Amino acid sequence: MEQLLDNPYVQPLILTAVIILVFPLIAGYIVLAERKVLADLQVRLGPMRVGPYGVLQPLADALKLMLKEDIIPSRADRWIFWMAPVVSTFTALSAFAVLPLSDRFFVADVNIGILFILAMASIGALGLILGGWSANSKYSLMGSLRAAAQMVSYEVPLGFATITAIMCAGTLSMQGVIQSQLERGVWGAFDNFGLMLVPTILFIIAGTAETNRAPFDLPEAESELVAGFHTEYSGFRWALFFLAEYAAIVVISSLGVTLFFGGWLRPFPNVGFLELPLNTVFPVALFALIAFGCLKGVPKQPLFGFKLVMLALAGAFLLLAALFALPVTNTVVIGLFWFVLKLAVMVYLFIWYRGTFPRFRYDQLMDVGWKWLIPISMGSLIVNGAVQLLARG
Amino acid sequence: MAATTTLAPPPVEEETFLDSNELVLNMGPQHPSTHGVLRVILKLDGETVLGADCVIGYLHRGVEKIAENRTYQQFAPYVDRMDYVAAVSNGLGYCMAVEKLLDVEIPSRAQAVRVILTELNRIASHLLWLGTHALDIGAITPVFLCFREREEVLTIFEKYCGARLTTHAFRIGGLQYETYDTFEKDCVALCDLIEEKVKEYHKLLTGNRIWVKRTTGVGVLNAADCKDYGVTGPVLRAAGVEWDLRKAQPYCGYEKYDFEVPTATNGDTFDRYIVRMQEMEQACRIIRQAVDSLPTGPIKGKVGKVIKPPPGEAYVSIEAPKGELGYYVVSDGSLNPYRVRVRPPSFVNLGALDKMCRGSLVADVVAIIGTIDIVLGEVDR
Repeated sequence: MEQLLDNPYVQPLILTAVIILVFPLIAGYIVLAERKVLADLQVRLGPMRVGPYGVLQPLADALKLMLKEDIIPSRADRWIFWMAPVVSTFTALSAFAVLPLSDRFFVADVNIGILFILAMASIGALGLILGGWSANSKYSLMGSLRAAAQMVSYEVPLGFATITAIMCAGTLSMQGVIQSQLERGVWGAFDNFGLMLVPTILFIIAGTAETNRAPFDLPEAESELVAGFHTEYSGFRWALFFLAEYAAIVVISSLGVTLFFGGWLRPFPNVGFLELPLNTVFPVALFALIAFGCLKGVPKQPLFGFKLVMLALAGAFLLLAALFALPVTNTVVIGLFWFVLKLAVMVYLFIWYRGTFPRFRYDQLMDVGWKWLIPISMGSLIVNGAVQLLARG
Repeated sequence: MAATTTLAPPPVEEETFLDSNELVLNMGPQHPSTHGVLRVILKLDGETVLGADCVIGYLHRGVEKIAENRTYQQFAPYVDRMDYVAAVSNGLGYCMAVEKLLDVEIPSRAQAVRVILTELNRIASHLLWLGTHALDIGAITPVFLCFREREEVLTIFEKYCGARLTTHAFRIGGLQYETYDTFEKDCVALCDLIEEKVKEYHKLLTGNRIWVKRTTGVGVLNAADCKDYGVTGPVLRAAGVEWDLRKAQPYCGYEKYDFEVPTATNGDTFDRYIVRMQEMEQACRIIRQAVDSLPTGPIKGKVGKVIKPPPGEAYVSIEAPKGELGYYVVSDGSLNPYRVRVRPPSFVNLGALDKMCRGSLVADVVAIIGTIDIVLGEVDR
């Protein structure tokens, strides 16, 4: 057993399998979270029917999508139509390989990890373009043309912002970036006397555009292009595009968290006395509170199964709390906890945008990208480089 | 439906190098943002619109013809189904036209209640417009906030006459129902609410750079064009023409109330947005005054059970939320109208769509359809 675990291929393989199997479920729950958060912003309740407070909604949705009839338009280019969602999903999930989920959970720590993520994000655009183009529908075509133009334009500022962060960290490896933030004792976003905040904000804006999220969701602008590039897709193929979109959000958010917000490091990683309150008390209290909320959320006369699910949830969260309370397990999972928490904040930000902003128009989007983001990101690269050179010698 | 419509040729200066660059895009009638069953055929060069052609009639029910086979009272509920978003205004216009034929005097209390309900309806209509317009431009939250406030208006309608949407609130000669006990209080509370919430919408949208960029300079229709196309209502006022039938030819006692006619100068989508927002505030102002000075007395004039106007014709136009709503009723002395003709503001305003769309982008078309504020029930009748 020991020997098996020492084999360098075993742990990555297990993690890969876990990611591929579990991520669709996680994506489903991100969708649920999105619907709930949006509902909260819009004075609604969101899904409430499937399971208590709609917690089983993603499962129902997944089942529905799998059972739906798979339609390929008769005049579509069948093979490309078939391939496009696969390309999108494959690239988005591949990028997970280099995500540093914690100090011990990662598939691979490649020395060009960041480059790999950017490359995969670029190829992901191909899926959207092919999907829209092959469907032989005007709305899809316009959606994919927009996607192509948008992703090409916004990769440039995204790249510049990333390069600035890489320059600051001095490495292309994802784990290396986090290590350098630990050594310098400051998150990437606040390095260089706070000047790194500029690329941080640029990264978030360009990242939103790169993942085709509101207010840059032109390729799938539902009020103009019906559903944009995936207008003709239905059932499981459509679900794959959906999966790819949410995978892309997680990847871009993870990249942002790693580059600018310390990855799996806790806040103030070098301040010793915060170790106990932040690494033990905070997660335990958080999960205990959620568990308490689950118990509190059971109505006086619950429906059949309602109470059961809520109790199970409360139990699960209490178990998590216990996991963080024990020092042995705490050290294993605490990195993951911080990473996921930061990721959740980023994803929340994405959802928040969507509930707040109107959509850009095509030409305005290009204006913002080329006239503002690219010059600013180039400028911030030069300024940050100069400051770094002067300050660090 | 056979494709009998043809696109007007694009103006010469916008001619493209090769004709093959042009793309004809069919928007609707099942498109998510054509507000019902409007079909727009767009001629595009890339994303630039060379021309737009509206195909209407998917919701045609022959309302005007139905009128000829119904008695005057029987037809009254039908008019609510034209502009179902502003059913009260429709009812007011029709009742006033028949009353003009009958030459009856409407008691002052009935007139004041009519003004209150019509202005409430204006608020409800504008709220629906704002929500859907913002949704078209991609802001998905305002629609829910607007519906939340619109619900309060509909609650007042429900308490008053039992119906929420197609209210049939008025009768020929006055009102059917006396107001309920807390009517005045509810109206004032609603005004407070709307005035507060309009500020909230301003915070959410007016200061938003994306919103401003998406609406300024989009779908410009200047005063001369408005007059050429016969466009009325907020679209006309946003072009700088101070023309509001409530001021220009007061009816129903509007001359007694002190209110302003909001206008703007540029005639673009943003101006129309501002004008409608201000109209909601002005409507609150009118409601407050009308509630304060609500007279007592009878609510119905001297109208018999059987309505049989003398032969003749009458045209009455009122300022509906979407523009000038006119009713032309011809009587031959029988129980049924000989002819009823409606001048619907949505239909006339929609005629300017092509003019407003040319040279703009696909995304603007959606914004322009939203800013004209059409209701397909009224366009098609």
